[in-house]
Order: sequence, then structure tokens, then C-alpha cells
Amino acid sequence: MAALQLEKQRGRYAALAIAAVVIVVGIPLWWKTTETYRAWLPFSEISELDSLQLQLSVDIEVVFSRGTLTPEQQKKFPLSHVNEKEHQLHHKTEFSCGSVVVYVIPESSTLLPEDVKVYVGQRRTALLRSPPFKTSWNLKEVLSNLDVEVEQVVSTMSFGHQDIVAALSNRVRMTKVTKESMADSMRAIKSSPGYEITFSLLNPDPKSHSLHWDIEGAVQSYIQPLLNKLAPIANFSVDSQILYYAVLGVNPRFDNSVSAYTLSADSLSHVINPVEARLGSNAASSNPVLNFLLYVPDAHHSPLFIRDHSKRKVPSNAFHSPRWGGIMVYNVNEMYGPEAERPVDININMAKVMGVFLAQLRLMLGVQHTHPPTGFVLQSPGSAGLADWELDRLLWSRSVENIATASTTITSLAQLLDQIGNIVINDNIAQQVSSAVTSLQSAVAELEAGNLAFALQYSREAILASERAFFDPSLLHLLYFPDDQKFAIYIPLFLPMCVPIVLSLLKIVSEAKKRRADKQAKSD
Amino acid sequence: MAAHRCGLSLVCILIFSSLAHPSSCDTLEKANDNTAEKRSISEVNTDGSVAGEALNERQWQSTDAEVDRSDSTTHSEALTPAAARDEFQEELVIRPLHSGDIYASFQFRTLWDTDFLQEGQKVSHYRLFPKSLGQVLSKFSVRELHISFTQGFWRTMQWGQPFIPSPPGAELWVWFHDTVSDVDGNWKELTNVLSGIFCASLNFIDLTNTVQPSASFKPLGLGNATDHRFLRYATLPREIVCTENLTPWKKLLPCGSKAGLAVLMKSEKLFHSSFHSQAVHIRPICQDEQCSSKAWELRQTLNVVFDLHTSGQGKKEWSLFKMFSRTLTEACPLASSSKVYVDITDNPEGELFELSPATPLLGQAVVLGDRRTYSVYDLSRAETFGQLRSFNLLLRWKGDSGDMLRPLLHAERYVAGFGLQTGEIHTVIYNNHPYRAFPVLLMDSVPWYLQLYIHTLTVTSKSRDNKPSYIHYQPAKDRHRPHLLEMLIQLPPHSMTEVTVQFERALLKWTEYTPDPNHDLTSIVPVKEESSYFVRVYTEPLLVNLPTPDFSMPYNVICLTCTVVAVGYGSFYNLLTRTFQVDEPSPPLSKRLANLIRRMRGVPLLT
Repeated sequence: MAALQLEKQRGRYAALAIAAVVIVVGIPLWWKTTETYRAWLPFSEISELDSLQLQLSVDIEVVFSRGTLTPEQQKKFPLSHVNEKEHQLHHKTEFSCGSVVVYVIPESSTLLPEDVKVYVGQRRTALLRSPPFKTSWNLKEVLSNLDVEVEQVVSTMSFGHQDIVAALSNRVRMTKVTKESMADSMRAIKSSPGYEITFSLLNPDPKSHSLHWDIEGAVQSYIQPLLNKLAPIANFSVDSQILYYAVLGVNPRFDNSVSAYTLSADSLSHVINPVEARLGSNAASSNPVLNFLLYVPDAHHSPLFIRDHSKRKVPSNAFHSPRWGGIMVYNVNEMYGPEAERPVDININMAKVMGVFLAQLRLMLGVQHTHPPTGFVLQSPGSAGLADWELDRLLWSRSVENIATASTTITSLAQLLDQIGNIVINDNIAQQVSSAVTSLQSAVAELEAGNLAFALQYSREAILASERAFFDPSLLHLLYFPDDQKFAIYIPLFLPMCVPIVLSLLKIVSEAKKRRADKQAKSD
Repeated sequence: MAAHRCGLSLVCILIFSSLAHPSSCDTLEKANDNTAEKRSISEVNTDGSVAGEALNERQWQSTDAEVDRSDSTTHSEALTPAAARDEFQEELVIRPLHSGDIYASFQFRTLWDTDFLQEGQKVSHYRLFPKSLGQVLSKFSVRELHISFTQGFWRTMQWGQPFIPSPPGAELWVWFHDTVSDVDGNWKELTNVLSGIFCASLNFIDLTNTVQPSASFKPLGLGNATDHRFLRYATLPREIVCTENLTPWKKLLPCGSKAGLAVLMKSEKLFHSSFHSQAVHIRPICQDEQCSSKAWELRQTLNVVFDLHTSGQGKKEWSLFKMFSRTLTEACPLASSSKVYVDITDNPEGELFELSPATPLLGQAVVLGDRRTYSVYDLSRAETFGQLRSFNLLLRWKGDSGDMLRPLLHAERYVAGFGLQTGEIHTVIYNNHPYRAFPVLLMDSVPWYLQLYIHTLTVTSKSRDNKPSYIHYQPAKDRHRPHLLEMLIQLPPHSMTEVTVQFERALLKWTEYTPDPNHDLTSIVPVKEESSYFVRVYTEPLLVNLPTPDFSMPYNVICLTCTVVAVGYGSFYNLLTRTFQVDEPSPPLSKRLANLIRRMRGVPLLT
């Protein structure tokens, strides 16, 4: 009987040992071998990005010209603040990108006309007519007195609340956005490391006119200076093509009153689609494309004019479509001449065309029209078509936009990875994510410190890294591996193996209970 | 045994080279020069109104990879004196075939005096040349690009030689510029971009079906690059060609399908045909005789064979309208020349068929070593369209079409053997010339899952061993590289040469099978020939059955192994955990029987 007891005890130990082995070795082994590789991601830092507080700061240098301050006030300055240099008005000293210099000139100065309070130069400088100072003020008081004016100057030359809201409009829905700034923000093409600008000449009727356009020369003289100026923002590449037999999507209506064909503003939205099929996408890069189409209507439908909503003829005869590009209609019917010799050779006046396209290009790139407060005079932006401070404005809003986009990408990627446990996270993705996070952090820090150029560079790096991580094809490999298939595979193995173990464990437990009950009965 | 898995197989090329060594890359150029000299262009000018047509007559021949330099210069000067550095020509060659079918071959040629590969200067302003292709050329530093999409198989025995041969499915071969450092990377990206441009599955081209032929594909344009590291060649025999490939192809034409010859390209007619092949060839050529500067040539060709004999209710006549359900009304206004040619070589006296409207213009040219006579219709002249302002060419057969000469060269191939393990590929090349021997370069690219036994390679002609004078063999690497076999063989006159090689079928992993693996295909044999010209002949696709598993197998296997494991584990577990005790053995059966009897008898029982 003792031997039997011993044997039973041995069986019990064996069952327990097997259960222990299954739990201690089997389950971790199975877990380890079937788990998907997930590299470590800086989740905490990413969630910090989600509630990002941006702080932008601008370096402002205020220079008081001779005669603005009384000698007493000058004396009260600490020595380091006295900085009496002879500055020319349009001096060539380069100020670093993003900074603003305000020259304060005496109230009585004849440099500016009577009613002009502020004159904004082509570079990063502005002249400010000083309000009257009391001679008893010290520097602090003088400066605080200037605050309002300086702030106005800065919001014109760097950024205002509206610009930042517009830049963030994709991410943050603000209620206070005016319709106009909304339109501005929607019109400008999204920030991207590069743009393709394509000029297309549409000739729907090569039988009647053969068109010649000196696009190479026109690009050199009109577009390239602007693009050179914009080089810090993105890489631009320009190309052109001529498309024959390309027609607009709508039939223009003949208007007897002006004996011309007209396109109404409502129908313009239908114009682009059929043309776009012919434009072709850029085969060699994946950057966004800005299309500028010059449409020369065929002989039977010319002249062709565009009318705006109030039924007036649009003087430029051109329109643009937000984030897509512009179309200009160029009528050539006057050039046909009396004789019916077809096709007529026509040279296109590129100055006229490029004026329109250049204006559209500025709009597309987000060089926004500034509305200076009253009393401000802006210097005309010179041959490049873009003043330095306008570029700065663009850089400010672009950096903010880049940071917003990159942090959205990264947070949504992190959310996705968090939610779907099946996705494999490779080391290179983890590396991209963390480099995006570091670049984002440095971009934010640089914005705070006022280093605009660095901020822009870091924000671009952040965007690139975050997009690379987000669109990495390796994320897709095991994305859709449904759970029911896993069970279908595991059940044939696990069910027959686990049932005996569980049963014998139950049996051991119940025996132990019974024994305890017996013992208790005995002791009672 | 329902599963018939067919693997893809090979490509061969034969080059007939009168210049015995195949490495002479300029064979083509030379060949063309020869033909140009030999070619006598006789103008039969019945109404004496046309002079200076001689130059133009040669244009259609560019189908034979011909550089027509003098012609291009004349035209560019005549048309627009100033800026136009590019020009466009279109032509349609119609050849009534002996089988009663009609062979129509379109060719659109765009020439542009520019250099895409120039250092530092980006070409970005396009006029007639399509922008998308230009960008591809400059981005990937492509020296030469040839791509073709073909539906149907060219029946050499019935139809003779095509102007431009192409294998069924898609074929792509590209010479990269020798400044490219990462050729494979460029090739991969290029195939992806092209697959987007042409709406084709060229993105399935990868290392497992790409080869670098050492001798078979020489550059057709300028430059004598011989380093085949910069050459990539791939075919996709499974590619189905349809309307979605034709539409982007038409979009590359300056006039689109709105004017000129391209209005005839109506896809429901073009694809309702026995053979359809569309191609794009880009190459650099000389701009003038001295070759002082480079120009780029883009040739878009489209070849169709219509089976009008069966669809025409037994009537033997055809017209443009019958073939394309359109007629021509104008030439493309951008084209410097726009012509329709009809091959009337077999009909010199008009006894076989009758053409209407008749044309006063005749042209002669040597095509593939054959002197052909053509009726020429010049679409750039208003007379061609007549009173109705529409040009509908009509051909009425009078008698029975004569017998066709057997083509000089043709090739076929098949798989021999039985079972699913081993087999033998037979390639048979016929030389029908009565007294001339031809050197032939045979190229064969076999997928890795057919494991070739190269020691079993035999070449026999006239039942004698024919030793190849040049063999280039690159063995396959599983899942990385296909086999490549190139051989230079001398074909004796009037002979049949048979090339055989044995192979074993590999077992694929279950994810490596193509979709619908129970149907399929493939292989192609391009054959080239040269005797002052060269010919490339492709054999038919080869069908190879691979052992195909039952695809529900993985789950069955899982279930079965799990059951086995579970049963084994169960008994093991029982053995370990059950308690065993010695049981009182029951008395044996004899004893029980004895006791039963004893009980009945009343005798004491046994113990």
C-alpha cells in the first residue's frame, strides 16, 4: 500500500513538473519566438510634442540716430549700450536672417515725408519716426514708449498672429481666422523640400497658329531671380512643354455685347480637369508640381475673356487654382492678319505673360500680401521681386508649418504603432523617428532663441525624417495578420497539449482539498 | 493531378553576322551605310509633278533602325528657319500578307538636337519631345532605351519578317551612360518610373529576370559602348497588353490622337487583331554627316496584323475604314512629313490586287535585304484627300495570293521529357538559304527555377555536332539571377540546327508561386541575323510545368503535425503521470474452464 502511495505521489510530482516546465520554459519561449520585432521609440518625448508650445523670438536692434536722445539720456546709458555708428540708410551690412533693425530718427527729421511714420526698407531695416521723448526719461522709459511702434514694425516685417495661425491652420482649427487669411493659407502650396514648376503652352489649334515662346529667356530673366532668392526655402526646378490639341474643359459662351467669347468665374472650376490629363506628372521626382498654363484659344473661339463674379472682364485674363497653379488666356486673334495663310507664326510677348505668372507664383509660394498699418511705407522689392524681410516672413511661417507638420506626422505614427501591435518596427524606423524628434526639439529651441535659419533647417530635417519613417514600406509587412488566423494555427497544437495538464492539475488540487477535509474530519 | 504549373523560361538571340566576331558594335551603322549605298531609289513619276521626293521615300525605312540624316536637316530648315531644333515625322506602311492578313506598321519619329546627358546643363524646355520621357532620360542617365509591348505571336512562317521584331509580353532593354555608378539601382528605379508612364507591370522586373547579355544587344545609336555592365535586359512574357498601355503611348505623340495618322488608332480595332505590338525606342544619333553634334531620336512604332480574311465574310478586300473604322482627313500639322506607304512588290502589274485611289508616286527601298516597291501617299498635300476631304485607301484582291517564300530564318522551341522532375529544352533554328551559311548568336535567359545541366548542352546540325565558336554562360543563383546563355553558331546552308539542354525543375517556396500558377508560359527567342543587315527572331514562349502543391497544404500540414505531436505528447504524459500498480492476475482461461466444469461436477475448485 505504501508503494502505491509512493507511486501516486510520483505521478503527481511528474504532472506538476511538466506544468512547471510548460509555464517556465514553454510559454516564454513561445512568446519570444512569435513576437514581432519592435524597436524602442521615444514615446514620452513624442507625446510631449503633441502639446507643443512654440515660442518665437525675434532679435530687434533699435538704433537711435543722432539728435533723438538728449545728452543726459545718453549719459544714463550703460556704456555697452552706446553704439553710435554712422549707418547709411541702405547699408550693405548683412544682418542675420530673421533679425530686424529699427532706426529711430528724430521727430523733426526731414528724411521721411510728413505723414509717414515708418519706412520699411528692402532689407531687414526700418526707419521709425520717434514719438516725442521727455528729456527726464531714462532708457527704459524711452524704450517702453517705443514698444507699440516697434511691435507694429515687427509684425509687418517678421510675423503677426495671423501668419502663425495660417501656418498652423492644418493642425489647429482656430475660430478667429478671418476669411482672407484662411484663403491665403489655403492658396499657398504646402511646405515641401522641393517644388517643380512647369510652364505649359497649350495650343489647341496648331493648324491656325504656330506659336513660339522664348521660355528659356523668360525663365532666366523673370523667374530665376525670385527662385534664387527663395533658395533657402526649397529647391526649385523649372521646366516647360508645349501641348498641342489640348483644350479646356468648358465651351466658352459667345457674348454679343463685346463680340468675344467669355468664360464665367463659375465655370473656371471645370476648366482644369481635362487639361490635367495631358500635363503629365513629373516622372523624375515626387515633389509637388506647380503648373502654369498659357492657353492660346483656337481661331474659332477667340478672343476669349475671363469674367469675374461681378461679370467684369478680368484685366490680366488669368486665374489661379489654389495649390495647383495658374492659367492665363492669351488671345492672338489680332495677329492673324488679312490673308488666310495658315498657320500664322506668332511670337508670344513673354514680358506680359511672365508678369502674370510671377504674381501667381508669389501667391502659390505663400509670399503673402502684407497689409501695413496706416502711416507705413514699404520700399518696392527691387529686381528680385522679394524683399529680405518678405523672405523672413515666409521663413517664419514655413518653419512653424514644418514643425507642425512633422510633429503631426510623428505623433500619428506613434499612435498607430501603439494601437496596432502587429506592426514590425525596424531599427531604421526607430532611428528616423528619434532623429525627427531631435530635429524637432532643436528647431523649437532655435525658434525660441531667434535663429531663424537654423530653425528652418532643423524643421526641414524633421519633416524629411518623419515622412521617411511614416511611409516606410516595412511597416506594412505584418499589418494585417488577423487574430483568428493565429488561433486557427495554434489551437490544433495547444488544445491537446494543455487539456491533460490542466486536468491533472485540477485533479491534484481536488485531491489536496479532499485530503485536507479528511484530515480535518480525523482531527475532529 | 490537376495542377499544371508552368514556369517562365527563356530568351535567345541569334545574330547573323557577316562580320564574324559579334563584338563589333557598329555592325548596324555599317550595315545601314551599306544598304544606303546599295539602295537605288527610283522615282516613277507618272505625272511629272513631284521632284525631290527621293529623300522622303526612305523615311519609312527607319523601321529598319535607319538614320536618315540628310532628310532631317532639309526639313528643319524648310519648316521653321529659326528656333525649331526638333521635328516630327509620321508614316504608315501597309503590307498585304500572303496569308490574306494585313500588316500595318505605324512609325512616329521625333528628332531633337539636344543632349540630355550634358554636364551641368539641364534640359527642361520641351516642344515636340515628350517631357516625361525626357526627364527619365536625364534623371537616370539613359543612353538608349527600347521598350515594347506585344500581344500575340508573330508567325514568321506565314507572315515573313516583321519590320521590328518583338517578343510577346513586355520587353525592356536599356543602355546606361558609362558615368552611372549604381546601375542596378538606376535600373530598378527606371523600371518603376516606366511602369508608371506606360501603365504596365514593369515594376515586376527585378534581379531575378534581368540579364546583361554580353553580345546580343548592341547599342543601336551613336557610341560604341561595349561594356555590358551598363546594359540591362528583361522580358515579362506574362504581361498582357491592352488599352491602358495604348493610351499613355498615344499621349506621348505631339498631335496625340487628334490629328494625323494617330486618329486611326482606335483601341477596339487595334486590339481586335492577330498581332499587336507597340514600342518606344530612344537613342542618340548623329545630327549631320560629320557627326559633329548629337541629336536624340524617339521612335514610337505600332505594328498590327489584322485578320481581315476571316472577319471580312470571305470577301478579299480591305480599306482603311474597314481596318480602323476611321479615315484620314489631315496630316498632323506639326509633322514635317506624313506619308502612307503600301507594299506593292508582289503586284507589279496590278494582277493580284487593285488599289484605289491610285497614286502616281512609287518608291523603292531595300528592307531586310529585300527590294520592295511601295505606293506612296503624301498626306501633307491636299490632292491626296480628293474631293471628299477624306482619304480612304481601298485594296481589292483580284486573284489568289501567290505562295509565300519560306523565310530565310526561323526558329522554334519546345520542352521535351516527361514527369515533373526533369526535362529538355529544344531550340530548333532553320536556315532556308540554299547555299549561304549564316552565323547566328543565340541568347537564352532561363529563370533560376529551371536548373540547367549545362554539360548536357548539345548543338547539332545535319546530324553532326556543331561546335559553337563563342559561348558565354552565366549560371543562375537561386532567387537572385537567371541563367544566361549566349552562343555564336554557324548555321550551314539549308539546314536545321537543334540546340538541346536538359534541366531539372526546382521546388518553389509556397509564396513564390505566381498568382494563378496553373496557367502559364514563357520564353522568347530573339534571333538576330546580319548579312549587310541583321535580323532578330524571337521564338514562341515556352510553357514549362512546375510541380505545383495543393495550396491549402500549409494549413493541412500544421493540423497534421500538431495532431501527431499531440498524440505523442499525450501518451508520453500518460506514461509519466499515471500510477501503475500490480494487479492480481486473473486465472488463465483453461483454469477458469476447468473450475467451471469442476463446479458443475461438485469437485473442489483449483486455486
